[in-house]
Amino acid sequence: MKTVVRLRVNGDEVEVWVPVHKTLLEVLREDLQLTGTKHGCELGECGTCTVLLDGQPVLSCLVLPIEVQGQEIVTIEGVAAGSELHALQAAFAELGAAQCGYCTPGMILTALALLRTNPAPTRQEVKEALAGNLCRCTGYLKILDAVARAAASLKDGSSYGG
Amino acid sequence: MLRLPPFTYLQPRTLGEAVRLLAEQPPGEAMAVAGGTDLYPNMKRRQFEPKYLVGLRRLPELRFLHGDARQGLTIGAGMTLTEVSTHPQVRQGYPALATAAGLVSTPQLRNMGTIGGNLCLDTRCNYYNQTYWWRQAIGFCLKKDGDTCWVAPGSRRCWAVASSDTAPVLLALQAQVTLLGPQGERTLPLAALYRDDGIAYLNKGHAEILTRITVPPAEGLRMAYVKLRRRGAFDFPVLGVAVALRLADDGTCTEARLALGAVASAPLLATEAAALLQGNRLTPEVIEAAAAAAFRPARPLDNTDLTLAYRKKMVRVHVARTLYQLAGLAAPAAL
Ligand SMILES: Cc1cc2nc3c(=O)[nH]c(=O)nc-3n(C[C@H](O)[C@H](O)[C@H](O)COP(=O)(O)OP(=O)(O)OC[C@H]3O[C@@H](n4cnc5c(N)ncnc54)[C@H](O)[C@@H]3O)c2cc1C
Ligand code: SF4
Ligand code: FES
Ligand code: FES
Repeated sequence: MKTVVRLRVNGDEVEVWVPVHKTLLEVLREDLQLTGTKHGCELGECGTCTVLLDGQPVLSCLVLPIEVQGQEIVTIEGVAAGSELHALQAAFAELGAAQCGYCTPGMILTALALLRTNPAPTRQEVKEALAGNLCRCTGYLKILDAVARAAASLKDGSSYGG
Repeated sequence: MLRLPPFTYLQPRTLGEAVRLLAEQPPGEAMAVAGGTDLYPNMKRRQFEPKYLVGLRRLPELRFLHGDARQGLTIGAGMTLTEVSTHPQVRQGYPALATAAGLVSTPQLRNMGTIGGNLCLDTRCNYYNQTYWWRQAIGFCLKKDGDTCWVAPGSRRCWAVASSDTAPVLLALQAQVTLLGPQGERTLPLAALYRDDGIAYLNKGHAEILTRITVPPAEGLRMAYVKLRRRGAFDFPVLGVAVALRLADDGTCTEARLALGAVASAPLLATEAAALLQGNRLTPEVIEAAAAAAFRPARPLDNTDLTLAYRKKMVRVHVARTLYQLAGLAAPAAL
């Protein structure tokens, strides 16, 4: 069954004509060419496909577009302001928190949701928030450091905060 | 890409309409979906291939939580696990429920998965939670597409494991569930929803929708939930221990309920163990006796993560540790 689905992605209203059983991950990547959202397990077991839905991290591999019409979807493509990187992106780059980079979009979006509700998280709070994002390169320490640095620079007001 | 099989998606506007849409189709052809975090992976592995999905996600009638420890709690089946685990009245009055809901899988899955879906979670098994190709390679199994149980080849039943984290806690708290079906509404103790059968694990018609969970008042109850799994996130419980106790001023236990998850195809109430606690002070001897009794009805089979012998042993260990903790006693170092 094909259907028209109207989505709000990174602030834009888009309309796609897709089979209803295509997941949000598939539609983002294959119909909207937003390939920043990565696919890993496709079964909810890795977190690399994370996007924000009304500000909350969810797994796009287990969401049907038809179920989220009218809700605000943010992918990694919607995080920078034009050419200006978000503090999280800058910190990941500066500290080498992205190795192969495959888990990075999911990590950054999950961390972004955390910093919006908790601008000064403890290390334990960052660990708990990122517990659903696996990194196959296992660069977890750098990732935790990068989130801390981004939180600090957002507090100073020295970087773009999204 | 591991894709979903095709289906038609129906979006009812009311609960009544949802029941009607489910009832119009033969069993198996239409299924309810809430968060989809259990059903969609299963559909991708072709464990279910319904022709119709009836979406419960947007039904406002399933989205509420009211009450507190004094009056009791009523939880709409559509509340997400994040909402349940962070709700102030749940955290204050029903801390074991907040703990269990907060230990399910990962933050992302808790933002999506509902408590209703958690109670209706499909049973799990190492030979079943695999892709279609994997299952095809072993000739499938009794639970889906085959005729042999690979865990107990002589068995005529399926031993897949009840793996919900919130079910043991809600059992220990004597929760009731309300179902709405074509014949109207019925309310039953949560224990009566489950059957110790890996295939037909719910006593529920295919068009019946779980609408709410009612938890009795819990003032003065001591409660805890302990979960055993390999990793601190993602993993399903390999054992869940839920305990609810009431202790009189002199330390006598006046009320006790223990429930175990992931040891059978249904979450189990350990009634014999509870009876050993009732009327007694929680001394180390009483605790050890209850832990040994809880261990007896637990008959895990070799179909989840971690080894069978270890899992069996851990029932005793975790029940004892939980009881020591609730009694305010230090557990012996050897435990
Ligand atoms: C990687 C991974 C890890 C997980 N880890 C855990 C874990 O540690 N502990 C745990 O308990 N669960 C775990 N889960 C399972 C699942 O995420 C949760 O159990 C979740 O609460 C299921 O809820 P849902 O709303 O997503 O259910 P759905 O997938 O929507 O539904 C599950 C089943 O229940 C039925 N159903 C749903 N709602 C209703 C209703 N109101 N009335 C009648 N039937 C209904 C559906 O038809 C379906 O058969 C995990 C899942 C994944 C993918
Ligand atoms: S317990 Fe046996 S029948 Fe049931 S899912 Fe496992 S292998 Fe299949
Ligand atoms: S691709 Fe979605 S969780 Fe792994
Ligand atoms: S950087 Fe390679 S998976 Fe995380």
